[in-house]
Amino acid sequence: MDMEDRNQQHGKLWLWLDERIGLKDLEYLAKKKEVPMHRHSVWYYFGGMTLFLFMVQVTTGILLLLYYRPSAGEAFESVQFLMTEVQFGWLVRSIHAWSANLMIFTMFIHLFSALLLKAYRRPRELTWLSGGALMGLSLGFGFTGYLLPWNELSYFATRVGTEIPGVMPVVGPFIRRLMRGGDDVTGATLTRFYGIHIAVLPAIVAMVLGLHLFLVQKHGMSRPLSAEKGPDAKRVMPFMPNFLLRDVVGWLCALAVLAALAAYFPAELGKKADPFQPAPIGIKPEWYFMAMFQTLKLLPSYILGIEGELLGVLAFGLVGLVLIVIPFLDRGAALGRKTRFPAAFAITLIAYMILLTYIGYTVSPTK
Amino acid sequence: MAKNQVSLSQGSTRRDFLNWFVGTTAGAFIISVLYPLSRYLIPPKSEESTARTVTLSIKPQEVKPNSGQIFRFGSQPAILIDTPDGQLKAFTATCTHLGCIVQYRSDLAQIWCACHNGHFNLNGKNVEGPPPKPLEEYAVNVRGDQIVVTKKG
Repeated sequence: MDMEDRNQQHGKLWLWLDERIGLKDLEYLAKKKEVPMHRHSVWYYFGGMTLFLFMVQVTTGILLLLYYRPSAGEAFESVQFLMTEVQFGWLVRSIHAWSANLMIFTMFIHLFSALLLKAYRRPRELTWLSGGALMGLSLGFGFTGYLLPWNELSYFATRVGTEIPGVMPVVGPFIRRLMRGGDDVTGATLTRFYGIHIAVLPAIVAMVLGLHLFLVQKHGMSRPLSAEKGPDAKRVMPFMPNFLLRDVVGWLCALAVLAALAAYFPAELGKKADPFQPAPIGIKPEWYFMAMFQTLKLLPSYILGIEGELLGVLAFGLVGLVLIVIPFLDRGAALGRKTRFPAAFAITLIAYMILLTYIGYTVSPTK
Repeated sequence: MAKNQVSLSQGSTRRDFLNWFVGTTAGAFIISVLYPLSRYLIPPKSEESTARTVTLSIKPQEVKPNSGQIFRFGSQPAILIDTPDGQLKAFTATCTHLGCIVQYRSDLAQIWCACHNGHFNLNGKNVEGPPPKPLEEYAVNVRGDQIVVTKKG
């Protein structure tokens, strides 16, 4: 392409920037990027949707910072002020709360679709691992953010949540103390969770997300084994603008759902936390912790001489570990063979989570 | 040039020394950063609750029959129960399962934890659900119009 052509295609600003930051290379990459097309392509949208909801979280989170005060004496009151006095304060907080839930939901879909389509197979093991890390970080965001309004539910959820690692032998009590910033859940826990929620986790997520997105660009989207042969094997769609525009439609759908949920079901605040009141009847965690919560509720106090909750916590850890190392367990998929256990594992896990979540929401809270 | 040759012939020892020196310095630097950082993250020890005896603000005649209420035992929550047969009993209110605060269920005449549905009888024994241990019981004494709760043992 000679100088004249380029001048005709792009304005002066573009050329000025190109000379300094190399827009041409980026343009080349964008033009080259393609997305495989096959009957499972729809699942590709959920990663982008999760990213979009994360951006919503960053924006609304920064807005909430302007009014929130991180202390046991003021946190609840500052959120109450935000909800009742600040114009559209209820909306910003409701969007933050709902977007968090939707983000976890789309992330679950993204995770399980990648698992079932075996997108983790060579050379995408690190993409899978970084995605697993992002899932863990997001659950950390959910757990730490839940405490910040300092209400009854959040107080007891944090008591239980920080007690869970505490059941581990030897290191448990130390980890519990480290998480709580003391022996009990107090204002010290609140400032700790606040710092983790708004500074530590965002910094780590920025790095891991950067790696995850870089790897997705480097390797491109994974074509499922079933679409590697046959009529779909070569079908692609240019990313710019065809796929991106479809992605945007996905984001708009997410935004519409989000706006409707936030407007019709604003986030509640409940009663202020009181460390000298019994846990309220019907207490429950966020839905994505419900399956684990219900499991702990159903486990008897002792199983084969081991405390039930310890066994439960070990089981959760084991399932998480299998999920994370699955690219290394599923050697066959990398060689293009059909392996059955990842799908069996994923479907069992999904079924278990749905069943226990259903039980959790339908059992009588006093029985 | 001659100097260079000397350094080459002795190169391995000089290079070894520099590697050792830089490595040790870097290691010492990392430790000098990590040590204070890790100490900073561990919260300082707070005063242990030394309370062994607490006089409640509620009078015996004000306690409703077949009811329970939370009171402060030092820095920890405890529960005072007036049992259906008219006895006053007190226990720690921290559930032995995952640390929620328990309450009295007058319909069952049991202590109950709302978090994971744990049941304790009126001797504090874990009788149903996930709690692995009984609740610690405190001694309750009525002295005139005062209720005094004391740690046993």
